[in-house]
Amino acid sequence: MTLASAAAASSAASAPAVELSDVRFAYRAGTDVVAIDSLVIPRGETVFLHGPSGSGKTTLLGLLAGVLQADRGAVRILGTDITRLSSGERDAFRAQHLGYVFQQFNLIPYLSVRENILLPVRLDAARRARLGGADPVQAADALARDLDIDGALQSKVTELSVGQQQRVAVARALIASPEVVICDEPTSALDSDRRERFLQLLFKSCTKAGATLVFVSHDLSLQPLFSRAVSLPTVNHASAVAAVEN
Amino acid sequence: MGTILRLAFQSLRSRFFTSFLTVASIALSVTLLVGIEHVRAGVRESFAGTIRGVDLIVGARGGTLQILLSTVFGIGAPAGAVTMETYERWASHPAVSWTIPYALGDSHRGYRVVGTTNEFYERYRYRQDGRVTFASGGPASAETDVVIGADVAERLRYAVGDPIVVTHGLQGGGISDHDAHPFTIVGVLDRTFTPIDRAIYVTLEGIEAMHEDFEAMPVSAPPAIGTVPEGTPNMPGAEAPPAMPGYTPPPGTPTMPGADAPPTMPGYTPPPGTPSMPGAEPPPVAVAPQPEPEHDDHDDHDDHDDDEDHDDAAGDHAGHDHKPEQLTAFFVGTKNRFEALQLQREMNTDLSEPLTAVIPGVSLGELWQNISSAEVGLRIVAFFAVAIGLTGMLVALYSSLDARRREMAILRAVGAGPRTIVSLLVFESALLAVLGCVLGVAFVYLILSLGQGAIEARSGIHLAVRALGATEWKYLGLVLGAGTLIGFVPAVKAYRNSLTDGLSPRS
Repeated sequence: MTLASAAAASSAASAPAVELSDVRFAYRAGTDVVAIDSLVIPRGETVFLHGPSGSGKTTLLGLLAGVLQADRGAVRILGTDITRLSSGERDAFRAQHLGYVFQQFNLIPYLSVRENILLPVRLDAARRARLGGADPVQAADALARDLDIDGALQSKVTELSVGQQQRVAVARALIASPEVVICDEPTSALDSDRRERFLQLLFKSCTKAGATLVFVSHDLSLQPLFSRAVSLPTVNHASAVAAVEN
Repeated sequence: MGTILRLAFQSLRSRFFTSFLTVASIALSVTLLVGIEHVRAGVRESFAGTIRGVDLIVGARGGTLQILLSTVFGIGAPAGAVTMETYERWASHPAVSWTIPYALGDSHRGYRVVGTTNEFYERYRYRQDGRVTFASGGPASAETDVVIGADVAERLRYAVGDPIVVTHGLQGGGISDHDAHPFTIVGVLDRTFTPIDRAIYVTLEGIEAMHEDFEAMPVSAPPAIGTVPEGTPNMPGAEAPPAMPGYTPPPGTPTMPGADAPPTMPGYTPPPGTPSMPGAEPPPVAVAPQPEPEHDDHDDHDDHDDDEDHDDAAGDHAGHDHKPEQLTAFFVGTKNRFEALQLQREMNTDLSEPLTAVIPGVSLGELWQNISSAEVGLRIVAFFAVAIGLTGMLVALYSSLDARRREMAILRAVGAGPRTIVSLLVFESALLAVLGCVLGVAFVYLILSLGQGAIEARSGIHLAVRALGATEWKYLGLVLGAGTLIGFVPAVKAYRNSLTDGLSPRS
């Protein structure tokens, strides 16, 4: 156990879900894409993170997920500063504590719906341990029922509608109840009726799992549905952002 | 790891057609590699089984290969002759159980004529325990009797009862047909897929009688074997003897004794320096049982059809009884096989007449060593085929990577590290290689079990359905290892992709 993870263990229970302090990130040296002095997301919240395209949303999510490494500053997830972890440790941390929903094409085409949902617990033993001995298949089926996709469990991924695919992605993100679920514009491919329905199911499931939801979108009409909203251009004062926006 | 393996399998299954083609190309190359190994073993066994049951082959002092080739394979000329006296002395040696005398020197339409005794039909073995058996007729017992091999019968369309004429010298179109002493076919041998099929057997008396006639005929110098250049055109009258009106030689009738030998040994080429072809290298010593000068007084022997005549001849030749005074060689069966080595040493060091005794198995092994270089070429070809198969796999995996960037990003998002991505792709290529190997080996056995009979009927090579040998396992290991290693090429590319893509692939 490293020092960082030991610290995480002691403070994990009380620490906020996400805490960024003095974070800088640039793909090319000198042009910061993310420059956030402070951003705190308490646990149990549903947070709406909005900003126009090019405002560094995807980059910020990469930093939160630990796929990108901040040039400086601290990215604390559940009290653990993941910038201090090795890349392998960050992968393991993500597997254990995070759920992630992409904008679209969330599913691995050659796996069945159920297998897609089960992927995180199949790939990672620590994530599986979070089930507390419950049968993974039953857990997946329960999530599918909650998200109203239990009829499609045996289907091929390609036979699903976009809305169904996104709900399968949510089920996968939520299996074995991770602390944080990150959604990167998951409703952009849905029409407004389905968008509403999707969000209701998402909120319900996150609440049930006890997960903190970080939801990124440029669609401001969704903002009232969330418990908290953060405007990314306000928080992120990176110089390159304006340029990238064009 | 189990999950990754299952992912790899499902991923390959989702690209079934591409995966199938890749596996098929690897399987075919493995089939070639393992098949060649099987055929090689079969040919080697068949080659080693050309002669069995004979403990020693004894000829005049000379090269062991020369003795083996001239007697067993009917290739080239023996180095000299063994006197009847010496033969009889060794035949009565206490360690000797039986002997087969062998007198060469004549031919019929390119097929060698062998003078021997009934011991040949009884003692000679080939393959495991193959006996010399008759398709029709029986052994030659009278002086004018002839037994022909299966190829001779088939190619020349001979049957029991047909008369044939023997030519002196091993060259196909000798200038000295023994017209005066026509033979009659009394037996046709079953096919053995050994050089026996291409030989003609007569009695020792038959050989001698023929030569007496030959001496009686006013002919110019007989073509001594080894002095007539290879490919000498046939002499007039040689191909269409008056004895067989209306006969036309079938196309491809060999005119050289050596020319027809290779089919039993596919891929065989006589090693350089082996006096395998008449004319290629004239042996230093006098060759073949040549008519003896003392035959001159047999000028009056124009007709040997009459047995009384023989008795007269025997009377002229005291103790001769129409037996030749010389043999080319003789085969020895010992009472106890362990005595063969001792007997060989005795014969090789005997001072009364310089002999060379050859243990057939040992010399066949030496000969195989000489000709087995052809295998190397086959193997190189097979390895190139494997390389092509594996390259196909590399192309298939590598070109699928761009389409799979999304898949990699999803795996990254659920916590898979770059190492997982690498192992996924390496597993995929290893799986393809394993499937290719399994399918390839299965294909070999399928071909073997289906084609075994046909192959044996056509070539006499028995390809046994046997378990994979050490060499085959080594090859399969190599294919697997190479296939797995190759998987690292797309894996490293996917690893790089996943680093630059993170969770936002470009597709």
